[in-house]
This record gives sequence, structure tokens and C-alpha cells, in this order.
Amino acid sequence: MTDFAIDRRDLLLNGVASVAILALGGLAPAMAQAGPDTLENYKPVYFDAAEWAFVMAATDRLIPADGEGPGALATLVPRFIDRQLAGDFGKASRWYMQGPHDPDASPLFGFQLAQTPAEIYRIAIPEVDAHCRTTYGETFAALSDADKDAVLHDLETGEVDLKTVPAADFFAMLLANTKEGYFADPRYGGNHGMQAWTYIGFPGARASFREWVGQQNTPYPLGPVSIGGERA
Amino acid sequence: MARTQKKVDAVIVGLGWVGSVMAMELTAAGLDVVALERGPDRKTVPTFAYPKIADELRYAVRYELMQRPADSTVTIRHNTGQTALPYRRLGSFLPGTGVGGAGAHWNGLLWRPNAEELRLKSYIDERFGADIIPDDMTIQDFGVDYDELEPYFDRFEKIVGVSGKAGNLNGAIMDGGNPFEAPRASEYPMPPLEQTYDAVLFAEAARNLGYHPFPKPAANASQVYTNPYGMQLGPCNYCGFCERFGCLNYSKSSPQTCVLDALYQRQNFEYRTNATVLKVELAPDGKTATGVTYADAKGEEVFQPADLVILAAFQLNNVHLMLLSGIGPPYDPATGAGAVGRNYAYQMTGATSLFFKNIDFNPFVGAGANGVAFADLALSQMDFAKNGFIGGGYQSSQQTNGQPIHHLPLPDGTPAWGAGWKKAVGEHYGHSMDIVLQSTNMPYRDAYLDLDPTYRDPFGRPLLRMTFDWRPNELKQAQFFKEKAAEFGREMGADASSSFYPDGHYDTRVYQSTHTVGGAIMGTDRQTSAINRYLQSWDVHNVFAPGANAFPQNFEYNPTGMIGALTLWAARAIREDYLANPRPLM
Repeated sequence: MTDFAIDRRDLLLNGVASVAILALGGLAPAMAQAGPDTLENYKPVYFDAAEWAFVMAATDRLIPADGEGPGALATLVPRFIDRQLAGDFGKASRWYMQGPHDPDASPLFGFQLAQTPAEIYRIAIPEVDAHCRTTYGETFAALSDADKDAVLHDLETGEVDLKTVPAADFFAMLLANTKEGYFADPRYGGNHGMQAWTYIGFPGARASFREWVGQQNTPYPLGPVSIGGERA
Repeated sequence: MARTQKKVDAVIVGLGWVGSVMAMELTAAGLDVVALERGPDRKTVPTFAYPKIADELRYAVRYELMQRPADSTVTIRHNTGQTALPYRRLGSFLPGTGVGGAGAHWNGLLWRPNAEELRLKSYIDERFGADIIPDDMTIQDFGVDYDELEPYFDRFEKIVGVSGKAGNLNGAIMDGGNPFEAPRASEYPMPPLEQTYDAVLFAEAARNLGYHPFPKPAANASQVYTNPYGMQLGPCNYCGFCERFGCLNYSKSSPQTCVLDALYQRQNFEYRTNATVLKVELAPDGKTATGVTYADAKGEEVFQPADLVILAAFQLNNVHLMLLSGIGPPYDPATGAGAVGRNYAYQMTGATSLFFKNIDFNPFVGAGANGVAFADLALSQMDFAKNGFIGGGYQSSQQTNGQPIHHLPLPDGTPAWGAGWKKAVGEHYGHSMDIVLQSTNMPYRDAYLDLDPTYRDPFGRPLLRMTFDWRPNELKQAQFFKEKAAEFGREMGADASSSFYPDGHYDTRVYQSTHTVGGAIMGTDRQTSAINRYLQSWDVHNVFAPGANAFPQNFEYNPTGMIGALTLWAARAIREDYLANPRPLM
């Protein structure tokens, strides 16, 4: 069917060669930190201790560890979110933020809050914890998995009434950021070891498939590479 | 007080496809030309260089190459009774900025419209009778016919470099091409791209269903190509980072790969980046422009005098500048008077994902515009009376940008998070294919653009306000095509499916298309068009505005082919007619 069918062994060799070229190119390694890459060794740059506990607990339920595939904690998703909120995304630096704001607008008109993402997390997390204490007697991080899931569900559907920001808006942002951290290039602090890419079969930054376009219904044999030249 | 630059023959606002091609044409005529680009400079190296361009988060999710709403955006409302709200973060459409404009980060689908679509009002009157058009639907003819534009489509396709297969060569129907296309004078510059497995399966199913599939016309090089400007493209490597990215491989046609390095050789051309044009300045009598005022990188105002002003910005920004500068009377939907802002239209799109657990599609393998389409349900083939809507579309399968943050389709009913979501992404990534609809959007009396009364940009100018919503005609059309896609699912024996087709109010959050059109439309009647058939302002004769702003309604095909042809058509009128005797050409 194809003019470009090639020996799989050749392709593997080519893949190795291109990774070697990347390494020789002197690209920056993944961001350095003291000790092994674990959440325990990581000092948040944006979150305080209570916020960090919430984000660890919430992302662990949004992408849990059980079953096949890595969870949010194994892929260091909380580190990704922390760094995003400390940067341009957290500051909404690309977004139009001038008032007047109409937080009661139809969701069809998109983001209409006056607060930046960093501010939204800062405001919403204590309000979620306050809701959990009132309803369950504990902060979110201390709840059982079933209760955590119930709280997340109520945030998602807007059944919890947060005082300052709409619960569903906060949940949607948290969920989107969690998935971003799971699948983004490891240079941003999540997708540790490219585990999420390996799990689903996305080869990351390889970006060269001239030999593969005509290979029909054939699993791609190579693991991912990152922008920084790591491979898994 | 504004600093004043040395006068030039022509100033061009925006350095995307329109600006760069127009600059080639006008410098070739001997004019001194300055282009003002509001965004940063961008070159293949270093801006699009591997590996840093292969970054989904930065480019496809945070929109690094797009217009920043903080700098420039619109307000949107569904109807004139609502208060419009700012489009604060990008969603449904993604205007470009920077050198290359949207031409740097598009996918590269380069179609021509149907001949019928350029004279749609006349076609419907002749074929179905004027009564079939609803009272509030303001369909018009473009004022230029397909046959007049054919040489310009042909020329633009050679400049851009397109991979495809002709279906109608000078009236002869060709095997393997689109048999419903209007006659072409020449074959595509390059043969079609190779197809991914989804497109192979789709083509087979389409034939079984009685359709006539063909490779989509792709401005992604299938082989080595040198264009008439001497610019060279290399064959696409199907890297999977196309739309929303710049091309790392000199394969996707863009101003960078097809025009700019040739243009930069010309001594009578200059461009300035981070130069935001604030206003076109008019002579005291209002009949001519004297130049433009722009803000430079430091925010200082600069006056650039010029004899000729080309508005070559993104469609929305061209209309915005005309309204801010008083070029033509603003449109009033209550009375129908005035033409600037009239006939804003969008693109009705939709997609069905089909899931096959035993097929490996390798969705990360793909060009921008590879894939297979059929045009049996194009506007020119439709019986509006029988269907109950005026419109048509093309459906296609394409494999592009299979990156997991923004393109990981899951079957309907999949949980959005938790263990069920994680299990589903493991099971379904790489095992689905998309059938994508792109279809027409008719114009309406109260779908229009004007200046917002409340919100302002960082320069203190009122934002452009968009009043737009889906109408029953388009919603019915979307459901029609949704059912056609479902027939493919049954024919192909898909295990599961999911779909998105608009079925209510316009949702500004969900990416649908960047094909926003109209607002400064072309025509032959100054009461109902802002620019004449040569893309010249009826009111200020040394201002030309080629671009998607000129479309009176939106056709089903991607707009860039038409935009390029109109640019070359306007350039010919300027060079061969206007320059010797500057005046209203109509």
C-alpha cells in the first residue's frame, strides 16, 4: 500500500540517532532542583501549605493513582500548577481583564471574572475548605476519597456556593490545569518522566514521521522524547 | 504630538498573506512601500525552530502566536438586546498577530469557492426564486465572478504552492479530483500529500455511500517546490504540529516560506514591527487618506504619510480601523443604512469522532491539510427548497495535531475526570478518527460589527463589538450534516462515537473556526457594500481593504484562497488602472 514501508529496525536506529543529536545539541536539561524529583522535595513557589495540601489532594482524585496509567501525583501535576500560577498564566497576562465584569454572564460568553487564575485559586481553596469543614468537619485534604469525590462533583455542577468565585468556574480551571500538567512537555514541571505520554502512546516532541504516514494500522514502536531531549 | 515619518507611496497595515503579497505587487510596480505590523517579527529560524516549537502547551493551549486579548479583542453579544461582553480569553476563533499573521499558524487548506457562491443572490433568484430567502437574510453577490478571478486563483496557488488533484481542468472532469469544483486553468502545483489511515478508510466509506472523495487541497508541500518568487519549500515530514504552530520544516506555505525573504531583498520595501496602526488619517474633505498614525514599540505615536493605504490586517481589525477612522458610514441594523459593519458572518462547523478499538491511527502523524473530502453536499449541489435551509458544506477526514491536551476525543458518556477518565484516555487515544464538517454561514440583518460603547483597548479606543448568533437556517444545516456523519459511523462499523455540532446559541468558548468574515463587504452598490468590486473604499478612494472582510456571506471552503485571489485582483486594479489616475474606480 505504501512507497515508504521501511524496516522497523531501521526506524528504531534512526530514532536513537535523532535523540543522540538532540543530546549533543546542548539543550537545557529538565529544570534542576535539590534531591530527587518528588513532590516531597519540591518547595512550592506560589501555593502556601494549605493550598498545596488541597491541590495535592484534589489532583490525586481528578487523576487517581489506581488502575492502569500514572496518576496526577506520580506525574508531579501539582508542581506544574504551582509554576503555572507563578507565571504568565497565573497573572492572566494575555487576557483582557478590564472592567466592568459581569460574573453572572451566560457561560457561553466565556471567562468573565475580575480575578486572575492565581487569585482564583487563592480565593477559592479556603472557601472550599470552609465548605468541607461545615459539611464534613474536616478540610478537603483530610476527607475520605469518597467524600473528596462528592465535593469535587458538587463543585463541578455548581452545587457548592463559593462566596467569591463561581464553583463551576474554579473546578473547570482546576481540571483543565490538571490535564495540562499531565500531558504537557516535562519542561513545565508535570508529566514527570513522560509517563502520561508513554501511557497513551504519544511520542512527544519527535515531530518527524515521513516514514510513518503510509504505515496503516501499525502501532508506532518508539517511546516519547521531550523538548529537553529526555527519552522514555 | 505625533512624530512624522518620511512620506511613502504606499503604507500596508499588517504583514500576513495579504500584506506580503500586496507588497510584492506594489514594489514590483516601483512604489516605495512600508508595512506596519503590530506584532513581533517572526522567522522560521529562530521562531519556529525545532525542538522548542514542538510544545503543545505553549502554542496550542496558551496561544503563543495568537492575538493577545489584553492588547486587542472584541466584545460579543448574541442580539441587539444584550450588553456585549469582552472576548477575554481566546476560544471559538484565534486571530493571528506578528509577521506572517494567521498565515504562519494556519493548517494550510487552500480552496477556491464555488462559482455559484460568488453570485449567490443571483444564483438563488434564478434557481429557486427570491422568495426562498428569509426576510432577514441579507445575501449578496460579491460583484466579481469566478471566471474573472480564475487567473488570480491560479496565480495565488502557484505562489503558495498547493498539493492537490484537479477535478475540473478547463471543463474536463478528472478522475480523483473534486468533480464539483469550478473549472481550473491548470493542475495543482504539486501532487497530493500521502494520506493517513483515517483518510483511506473515510474515502472507501464515502465511495460506498455514493460520494466522490478527493484529496484536500493542501498548502503543505508534498515535494520540493520553487514558487514564482524563487522561494523554496521542502517536503512535509508530517510532524503533527501544524495548526497553531509555525512550520519547523519549511513545508507549510506561509508568508515566511513563500514571500518574505523575496520581499526583503527589495530596496523599495521596509517593514516595522510592534507598530500598531491606530487610525487612518483623512484629508479635510474626507475623500482621501493622508496616511496612518501608529503607536511604535515604546507607545509613541508616529504619523506615516502615504498616497495609498492598504488595510491588510485580520478581518476584524480591518473593520475596526475603518470604523475608528470614519472610512464610510457605519451600518445601522435598525434602518439598514450605512455599510461598514454590515454582514458579519462566521463558519458553521462540526465534528464527529468515530472510535475503533482495534485500529491504530497514530494521530500524532499528520500534516496540516492532508485528508480526504467530498463535495457532493456543497452549496452548489444542494436543493434549498427540499432541504429547508440555504447552505452547503464539505465533510472530510483529516489527521492533524493529535496532541493530547487539546485533541483527545473520547466517546460520549466518558467521565470528565477520575479513574473512568484515566482508563478512557488509555483505551481511546490513537484509536479514533474525525469526520469534520465545514459549511456555509448566511448573513443576517442584525449580525454585524460596530464600536462597543463601554470597553476600550490599551490605546483608549473602543473595542469592536460583534453581534452574532446561530439562526434556524444554520442549526438545521448542522443537524443535516451531523446525520450524514452518523451514516459514516454505521457504514464503517465504529465501536462508539462522540460529536460536537452547534445546536443552540453561539458558544464563544469552544474552538470552531477562525474564519470570521464580512463587515466591510465588497459589491457593486455603495448602499449595501463598504468597498467596491476592486476592494476600494467607496468613500475614501486611496484606501483598499482586501481580505475576508470583503465576503458578503461565508462560503463552505476555507477563505485563504479567495483572500489571496482578491489581493492579486485588487493589486492589478491598482497597478494597471488606479496609479495612473487616482480616483474612485467605480
